Amino acid sequence: MSGTLEGEILVGGRAGDGPALVLDAPISFWGGVDPKTGRIVDVRHPQHGASVAGTVLFLPGTIGSSSASSVLLELVRGGHAPSAMVLHEPDAILLLGLVVAKEMGWATPVAVRLVRDNHEHFRGRQITVSQDGTVAIVA
Amino acid sequence: MTLTLSEDERRIAAGSDGAAMAMRIVAESGRLLGAERLIPIASAHIDGALYHGDSGTLFAERLVEGSAKVAVRATLNVGALDLTGSCRVRLAEHERAMARRMMRAYRALGCEPTWTCAPYQAGHRPREGEDVAWGESNAVAFCNSVLGARTNRYGDFLDIACAIAGRAPDCGLHRTENRRARIIVDVSALPASFLNSEIAWPVLGSLYGRLAGDAVGAVTGIERHPGEDALKAFGAAAASSGAVGLFHIVGVTPEAPDIATATGGMAPAETIAATAEMVADSLRRLSTAEGSDRLDAVALGSPHFSLDEFAALERHLAGRGLKVPLYACTGRHVLDVLEKSGKRQALENAGVTIVADTCVVVTPVMAELAGGVLMTNSGKFAHYAPGNTGYRVLYASLADCVASAVAGRPIIRDTVS
Repeated sequence: MSGTLEGEILVGGRAGDGPALVLDAPISFWGGVDPKTGRIVDVRHPQHGASVAGTVLFLPGTIGSSSASSVLLELVRGGHAPSAMVLHEPDAILLLGLVVAKEMGWATPVAVRLVRDNHEHFRGRQITVSQDGTVAIVA
Repeated sequence: MTLTLSEDERRIAAGSDGAAMAMRIVAESGRLLGAERLIPIASAHIDGALYHGDSGTLFAERLVEGSAKVAVRATLNVGALDLTGSCRVRLAEHERAMARRMMRAYRALGCEPTWTCAPYQAGHRPREGEDVAWGESNAVAFCNSVLGARTNRYGDFLDIACAIAGRAPDCGLHRTENRRARIIVDVSALPASFLNSEIAWPVLGSLYGRLAGDAVGAVTGIERHPGEDALKAFGAAAASSGAVGLFHIVGVTPEAPDIATATGGMAPAETIAATAEMVADSLRRLSTAEGSDRLDAVALGSPHFSLDEFAALERHLAGRGLKVPLYACTGRHVLDVLEKSGKRQALENAGVTIVADTCVVVTPVMAELAGGVLMTNSGKFAHYAPGNTGYRVLYASLADCVASAVAGRPIIRDTVS
């Protein structure tokens, strides 16, 4: 596999780059991610203590509350959102946070879809996600 | 599969006002959910006025600035403040101000200031078969299951956007084929003494939620209608231990006059016979402070306490005073009646703190107490209190909750037997 894959755009937004943060387990944004900092506060999550802020966040799935959209909106407004998001499947509740952020006129990261098996490929690398959905390793 | 908007919907979405913003949010979520079209809704219940952060307040105020108004009847779920002044909420000044602005903005959009998680007991009862957009997990479960109206589990932002657009994505529980029971939970082998006890329905709900997850299921083996407050408690517990949006109780709820109707005539994927051991395990899981001889507070009313439940509370109190604080959370529709009948004063004199418009698990009302122990008769409070309040939890019947608050120590008599 090359260093570039074509993702499907789920919610269009700003191109982003950053270190890949490949989550090892699904996460509930509400109660799992601190809306004020982006830190993963779910003590049961394998990446507890890591921050999603400024990363290219690879999500294997989400669980839990319908207030996930509120947490993501708060992260976008506070400047603690991931710089891009890569999901295995569309999560309407979480992504609504990005839809609303766009409506508010706030700079919003692009969210794309890639099958889960491909997430591993980017672990530990520096990534860019472009506006057309291309996910590429830059370092 | 792609979402197609009607000419009218496209015209509204192309605008630049609050109505346009709401329509675009509904359409975008419909696209993400894989809906092919939007459908009209008859009402909404809005869970978005609970303060989680400033951005939610700014969103609601943007809709107000864009002159948006709800197109359908829209009741409001609890906020983060008690606007009736029955209790003191311990929120810092900034959060208090932003929460107040948020509650004001939702009223300006035309929502009814019901501030209750039991809108179906405050006069908001959609008809069977009506499509609606409701938020708040217990209200969604009750609306679908007990009223037979049709809603998905609408979350923050989308609930108000649907109310303004008067539309919702056509998918999930709005569609008949997705409302059939796929699993059966048979409770007929459980002891009659348990099924007739005060703890039966919250505990059954908690068990059912873990068995069903997000699947639609049907409970069989119930011989008579247990009453609305029991179904309220069942749905709330089921929606907090699982992702239950719709349940059927065969012979009780409107879409389940018999098993064949509940399952749509199809063979269920699974039939589970509930045992006394499974129920006892569910009961144990509701407590995180089992065996504790300490008691710091008692909390009732999740979902919001009804007038009937207040009457039961008074019966159990029987004029006695309380040694630990007892919080009874309710809606202003109940508070008004208690006030007029003089019962509010009597309850407060006995030491009951009535919490209206909000509840003790979503906003700080109870004393901040490291290692504190809270007793409750609500499966939902039992589930969320440890994470949201820091208190450990003891689950018990209403009678035992009151006896414990009077004694100042835990007394638990109702068990599975």
